[in-house]
Amino acid sequence: MPQPRRPALGSLALIAIVVGASAAVFAYTAGWFSPERLTPTRLVDALAPPAGPSLGHRRNHAKGICFTGEFDANGAGSELSKAQVFAPGQYPVLGRFNLATADANAPDATVRVHGLGIRIATPDGQEWRSAMIDAPVFPVSTPQGFYELLLASASKEANAMKNFIAAHPEFAAFGDWAKNTPWTDSYAEDRFNSLDSFIFIDNAGAEHVVRWSLLPAAQPVSISPDDLAKRGPDYLEQEIAQRVAGAPQRWTMVVTISSPGDPTADPSKAWPGDRRSVEVGTLTVQQIEAEANGPCRDINFDPAVLPTGMQTSDDPFPAARSAAYMRSYDLRTAEAKDYPRDATGTKP
Amino acid sequence: MIGVRRRFSPLQRLLHWLMAVCILAMLFIGVGMVSTVTPKFLPLVSIHKSLGIAILVLALIRLGVRLLYGAPPLPVDLPEPMKLAAHLSHYALYALMIGMPLIGWAMLSAAAYPVVVFGRIYLPAILPQSDSLHAWLWDAHFCLAFAFFALVLMHVAAALFHALVRRDGVFQTMASVTTQDG
Repeated sequence: MPQPRRPALGSLALIAIVVGASAAVFAYTAGWFSPERLTPTRLVDALAPPAGPSLGHRRNHAKGICFTGEFDANGAGSELSKAQVFAPGQYPVLGRFNLATADANAPDATVRVHGLGIRIATPDGQEWRSAMIDAPVFPVSTPQGFYELLLASASKEANAMKNFIAAHPEFAAFGDWAKNTPWTDSYAEDRFNSLDSFIFIDNAGAEHVVRWSLLPAAQPVSISPDDLAKRGPDYLEQEIAQRVAGAPQRWTMVVTISSPGDPTADPSKAWPGDRRSVEVGTLTVQQIEAEANGPCRDINFDPAVLPTGMQTSDDPFPAARSAAYMRSYDLRTAEAKDYPRDATGTKP
Repeated sequence: MIGVRRRFSPLQRLLHWLMAVCILAMLFIGVGMVSTVTPKFLPLVSIHKSLGIAILVLALIRLGVRLLYGAPPLPVDLPEPMKLAAHLSHYALYALMIGMPLIGWAMLSAAAYPVVVFGRIYLPAILPQSDSLHAWLWDAHFCLAFAFFALVLMHVAAALFHALVRRDGVFQTMASVTTQDG
């Protein structure tokens, strides 16, 4: 071995510095030195109810009921997006009605917001996944705002929500809806909205910033939370199972196209009512499926799973939701023993 | 003659340095993407998947080239434990270069996510949907990522040790930019 020309100690120190610095940069990238960074883990942890998360369940929208059906595209959507899902035809749908709660056992009457997750599969092997809610606007403008809302709601400080609302004036529109809009007595009567904007790309390559909604065929029947409570803690899933067993339930999918200057990046702000909208097809819920034993349990209705012809916009939520949903999925699949598929599968 | 090569072949050196960049980027993107909810999340995940498949393809090519061309011998005066460490670490690096992308692909398959790479290529699922397989593969992917980074750091430390302390030519077998075998 040739003799070192400089002291080995210096060389060893250099090696230690290179390795140490690399490890430090790696740890920094992983967020280990950034306790203030909003990570998927922190966001998902903040969703947990005081008694802890419902193990094995989605960390939000934990209570729900699965269904299968189809999306019947009328072809009109092809003007906006080249996605196969808008070409005339019927495409299989897996979906789930749900309540926006982190508690899988929450009584129906305690949850204000209803949700719908769907996955539409097309013959080209692509998928469109979407998770919508019945509120007309989202409570906050940014994912950071959503995190602050979770902290404020969970806080024991008397003024936490008051301070939150003062800091987030955009919350007023959602608050007004939550307070003043009648509750519905069936998932079948809910209008579900994407709220987030997305970009549709047509065959010519032109981009359209859109939001979409599912409009129910069933006439809404309002009910007070007190009356809903009297019908039982799981009334909504029992009701939809019964209703779908009687007849398939339908929603019209409407795509609304933004005009320049519309708040595409902010789901807490509605677009003006005169924006052009296109009816692109009909969602038919044909069969209610078992929740614990059914096909929805291990599906992540990640709103960033989009077919060619759709992509995310400047709206920051789909990325944040994708990150948080993935975290939730990773946690709950590891907790399968806490939410086992049961042998009977009788509970619808 | 192959047996007395003093450097890796130019193709091996090219693959090594190309993959070094890819793997380091991959590890940093991996820990970065799972710790953010900003809009960066989606492109990072997208790059992570594409780069993973690229690394898998490059690693398989590299394995073939390695089997074909072999490697220059280690210095005869290298202590046996160091020789053993060198050989074992190279086996581990190859196993991770090939195994990690496969585990990631299998993990996405078990979760029934569409596996899309390079923007438009849909890869088939290589496992059926399964919560238990997903959980197991996720743990493996997560733990092995840190093991991989630790191994890369050890590899760098060993390379620098050869270059700066032992000065025994091992570093030059891969670092040299000349096309001559020497």
